[in-house]
Amino acid sequence: MKAKIHVTLKPGILDPQGKAIEHALDSLKFKHAANVRVGKYIELDLQETDATKAEAAVKAMCEKLLANTIIEEYRYELG
Amino acid sequence: MNIGVVVFPGSNCDHDCRYVFRDVLGQDVTMVWHKEPSLAGLDAVILPGGFSYGDYLRTGAIARFSPVMQAVKQFAAEGKLVLGICNGFQILLEAGLLPGAMLRNKSLHFICRETYVKVENAATPFTHACKPGQVLKIPIAHADGNYYTDPVTLAGLQANAQIIFRYCTVDGTVTPGACPNGSLDNIAGLCNAEGNVLGMMPHPERCAEAMLGNEDGRLILASMVEGLKKTKRAEAVI
Repeated sequence: MKAKIHVTLKPGILDPQGKAIEHALDSLKFKHAANVRVGKYIELDLQETDATKAEAAVKAMCEKLLANTIIEEYRYELG
Repeated sequence: MNIGVVVFPGSNCDHDCRYVFRDVLGQDVTMVWHKEPSLAGLDAVILPGGFSYGDYLRTGAIARFSPVMQAVKQFAAEGKLVLGICNGFQILLEAGLLPGAMLRNKSLHFICRETYVKVENAATPFTHACKPGQVLKIPIAHADGNYYTDPVTLAGLQANAQIIFRYCTVDGTVTPGACPNGSLDNIAGLCNAEGNVLGMMPHPERCAEAMLGNEDGRLILASMVEGLKKTKRAEAVI
């Protein structure tokens, strides 16, 4: 089973990278891009075949290591 | 006193820490590899600066799970002194030994320069050699020093005098302009509720010798040593 995980800063947390990219897009004349936020994408393979167990494992990985839940949130897809 | 300096893969300020404690302050220093499960015989532990695990995933995120960190947590729980400098501070935050988290510097730049910090609380084992409100000139060198915590935790830190150092101007005024990295409330260093675990972004070990033109950092490290000596003498009497 493959897990695809997105880790992003929580709304309201300052994202200077996002701002820098927004300004760069603007200066390249892409005027309609706003509120750019930058996150991480992590992919991993799981040996687990049971969907419920796989989801529990991925959630635990996110909570413990992959995201700092003080400042980040996460979502994942299993397939 | 026997000072332990933890070495993670990627730590690079460990030798400077050893130099100051051993060669400037005349103490015994033990380098503690991150896989070491025991801190027995040590009087204080330093988590030095650097780039543990290359800052991969998040700075300090992987180092916090090193085997030695179990012992560091226990050491801290026993009320013993733990000082986290720069990456060490980041590791303490990720490990939950200090509250809050570090974000990328507001300017996105890695900032390497001297800063002024105000000693907000001179009643800790790390600052009792300082005067309350004293301004220290200490260098910083970091890309992720933008401290963040939620408003409730921040109010608690303020009420409980856990904010130990704030970035300030040369004359000690705390202004947003004096904050190099966007850190909340100009926080440059803070301690836990019990006051035995301190994390700070500036590098006191880089300014602890008169020959280098700045001894301000020595006050912090010498405070630790003097405090430990006092405790040992008191214990010997009992």
